Amino acid sequence: MTKMEKPANFSRRSLLKAGGAFVVSIGMPIGAETLLSINTAFAQATATRPPLVPNQLSSYVAVNADGTVSAFFGKMDMGQGLYVSIGQMVAEELDVAFEKVTVFMADTRTSVNQGGASGSTGLQMGGRQMRAASAEARRVLIEMAAQKLNLPAEQLTVTDGVVHAKADASKRASYAELIGGRHFNVELEWNKQMGNALYAPGKAQPKNYKDYKIVGKPIKRVDVAPKAFCTEPFVTDIKLPGMVHARMVRPPVAGATIVSVDESSIKNIPGGRVVRDNNFLAVVADNEWDAVKALRQLKVQWSNSQPPFIDQATLYGHIRKAPVRHREEMKPVGNVDEAFKSAARVIEADYEWPFQSHACMGPACAVVEIASNGHVTCWSGSQKPHFLRDGIARTLGVKAETVDCIWVVGPGSYGRNDADDCGNDCAVIAKAVGRPVRLQYMRDEGTGWDPKGPASIHRARAAIDANGQVIAYDFLSKGFSRIDVNTNGSQPRDTLAGHFRGVELRSGNNFGLPSESYAFANKRMAWETIPPFLERASPLRSAHLRDPVGPQIHFASESFMDEVAAALAIDPIELRLRHVKDPRDIALLKAAAQKSGWQSRPSPRKDQTGSTVSGRGVAYATRNGTRVAIVAEVDVDRSTGKIWARKFTVAHDCGQIINPDGLVHTIEGNIIQALSRTLWEEVKFDPKSVTSVDWQTYPILDMTEIPETIDCVLLDYPDRPPTGAGEGAMRPVAAAVANAVFDATGVRIRQMPFTPDRIRASMS
Amino acid sequence: MAKFTLDVNGKPHAIDVDPDMPLLYALKNDVGLNNPQFGCGLAQCGACTVHLNGQPIRSCVTPVSAVGDSKVVTLSGLGTPEKPHPLQTAYVEEQVTQCGYCISGWIMTAAAFLRDNKKPSDAQIKQALQGIKCRCGTHVNILRAVKRAATMMG
Ligand code: FES
Ligand code: FES
Repeated sequence: MTKMEKPANFSRRSLLKAGGAFVVSIGMPIGAETLLSINTAFAQATATRPPLVPNQLSSYVAVNADGTVSAFFGKMDMGQGLYVSIGQMVAEELDVAFEKVTVFMADTRTSVNQGGASGSTGLQMGGRQMRAASAEARRVLIEMAAQKLNLPAEQLTVTDGVVHAKADASKRASYAELIGGRHFNVELEWNKQMGNALYAPGKAQPKNYKDYKIVGKPIKRVDVAPKAFCTEPFVTDIKLPGMVHARMVRPPVAGATIVSVDESSIKNIPGGRVVRDNNFLAVVADNEWDAVKALRQLKVQWSNSQPPFIDQATLYGHIRKAPVRHREEMKPVGNVDEAFKSAARVIEADYEWPFQSHACMGPACAVVEIASNGHVTCWSGSQKPHFLRDGIARTLGVKAETVDCIWVVGPGSYGRNDADDCGNDCAVIAKAVGRPVRLQYMRDEGTGWDPKGPASIHRARAAIDANGQVIAYDFLSKGFSRIDVNTNGSQPRDTLAGHFRGVELRSGNNFGLPSESYAFANKRMAWETIPPFLERASPLRSAHLRDPVGPQIHFASESFMDEVAAALAIDPIELRLRHVKDPRDIALLKAAAQKSGWQSRPSPRKDQTGSTVSGRGVAYATRNGTRVAIVAEVDVDRSTGKIWARKFTVAHDCGQIINPDGLVHTIEGNIIQALSRTLWEEVKFDPKSVTSVDWQTYPILDMTEIPETIDCVLLDYPDRPPTGAGEGAMRPVAAAVANAVFDATGVRIRQMPFTPDRIRASMS
Repeated sequence: MAKFTLDVNGKPHAIDVDPDMPLLYALKNDVGLNNPQFGCGLAQCGACTVHLNGQPIRSCVTPVSAVGDSKVVTLSGLGTPEKPHPLQTAYVEEQVTQCGYCISGWIMTAAAFLRDNKKPSDAQIKQALQGIKCRCGTHVNILRAVKRAATMMG
């Protein structure tokens, strides 16, 4: 049984459009008597689906005629099994078997905007809402049963989707009998927020964790088989009758504008045509290969604009000197400047992190169809389809109700990647050509033109008194903004289509602070953003890349904590334990130490000769309530500069664990991707444009370089709400590796990534 | 344009296309398969891997004209839910994929490798799969799945 119904298959559930709202029509006739008693007495069930609005229970959950349950989730699973966990939460609260629940994800036709995949809030916020809605549904169903059975609600309970008297199980009414095939019509207390913050509980209290039967159990994903057997389409496989294919034409020098386009240069291409709007330029052809040929063949004269970038070797100097566009600071503790004046000793260091690319497995793809009545449908791999719907509506100048966006699994997504650009580009082309259009970018766009994780520098300082105590800590990040373009595609100004077509821009400012619970008598942390090199249509525009700015900040802050420990000749875990204040963080660090067999001693080791040396390093960070401590064990070949991160021990606390199986897989994926970013990833550019355009120029971790072991210690707090796991484990990896390299070699490397060239150079 | 009859997953498919067109586009658009996928078009990632007479090739750089009457097998032809290839079973058991876009590269390459190499060591498996990309970072699970399949295949 497929738990995750692919939106592309939704038609089999006979989705009908009625009165502006979509209705899951499963026409079980209901007697007038039932209707009357329910509608007048409770207003709880209705044959058509009430409007898809956040304050309606029917927007989240429905009981089908056969007693199965549909959950409508306005976020989605990026392949980490989130829908299993959501299904577990829904099944738990409703007291139905897990197999009875189908989760419909991220389809504007069926769900409200819960924010899409965002900040690992799938369970924390999205799940919280699904849990509250399901608990309310159960309460309402019990009330309906009380009416039907003529018993007080307090005397009823639910087993496997059947409401029955606690004392006499023969007095029963199943969910299917009570409401199957019809819809809840129950108003919820909506907090008037959309996206991640949306919360609309009913009157019911969710269960006490002590009563859980389904939550906390390891349950396997069921979307693996459809992929292994190719039985479900990816977004790249969506095909529509009459569909044509498009490719985008990007300027060879970033910022160059179009002087002229020679349309006759592609006149031999069947169906070949050019779509141009200001500097937006695309080619269209009847079949895909011809679209690729048209892209290669099209003659365009570009303006001779000034190359907008700099020599990459001067990147960090540029950031250091660049004017500060915006600064924010945490509320300082004590008086940092005074404490530094009184210090017996000051330790300080600078760290540097490059631009990084999403470099998704395939370049983004979207399919857009504009029906004869003007209704727009976009199939996209975007992790925020509700926002993309809004963006496409604005791009096309139509009402949001006129547009639907259906998420179909795409070639990976780790934040604000190229999918939102692609959906908007495709909509512009579909409108111009009046046919359904499939647009897929080419590899060089996927790596060269996606929004980048921002480059940054970080300065950390510690004041030490005469007794070797840390009396003050000062940390500053300075870099490109993480929202030069915003985290979703809801505004044309944040998309390439908007940039090239010439809409007014608004670059946002945000970076971040270290997230930990270190207490120092005097502590100050701040961040500063600098302007982008090129404001419009820049292949170096910066945005959210998985755990936005987390890896860079904590590479710096947690490397620095180790530098302080080494300077004071203290064991690195010992130093952290002296300052960490949160009891859960303390438990976490101790768990990592114990599981990894940590031997207390200061770094570096000094007992190794020979070419290959080994070391261990620790790092820890928190992230929106989740806490992760990592011990990395590495081998460094001093002659080649090659690092092998042999083993990771990951202590992980994300509150209540919903599905330990899914959690371990999620942690492993985080570690590997973070290790890739640590060892290899750096966007290369020259003054004209980005020069990392494929897997050769933007290498990632290879199969031959993976760790031998990733050991997870899962700390479970069932009495606490769940927090996210999608990104937390990514955060401390770079610092753990850096600290292990230091332990092994005695050399501190403060610039990412740790390529063999860089390591070899720093050894000599 | 030229006419070709491709033997794909044991069935003939008559197509009329540009002889220089890469096989990948024929498989996706003319034959209409859900996989392989376009990852790079540059023979760098593996997402487009299919078997040509049992050997893994990158269909994104293989012109249709070079296929001739070779037997093309794609991931959906390797096994079915009813008759799965051990690697497909192992993938499901080990819950390998995240997005899954990379899947043809790993399974099709590993299938040829395991057919020719019984009881391989971890190092041999990693070596055989060198260069194939998975951006989601599922390598640890891929290795587990290939080892499981190797055991199943004896
Ligand atoms: S798509 Fe063929 S190797 Fe990447
Ligand atoms: S699972 Fe996404 S690229 Fe491999």
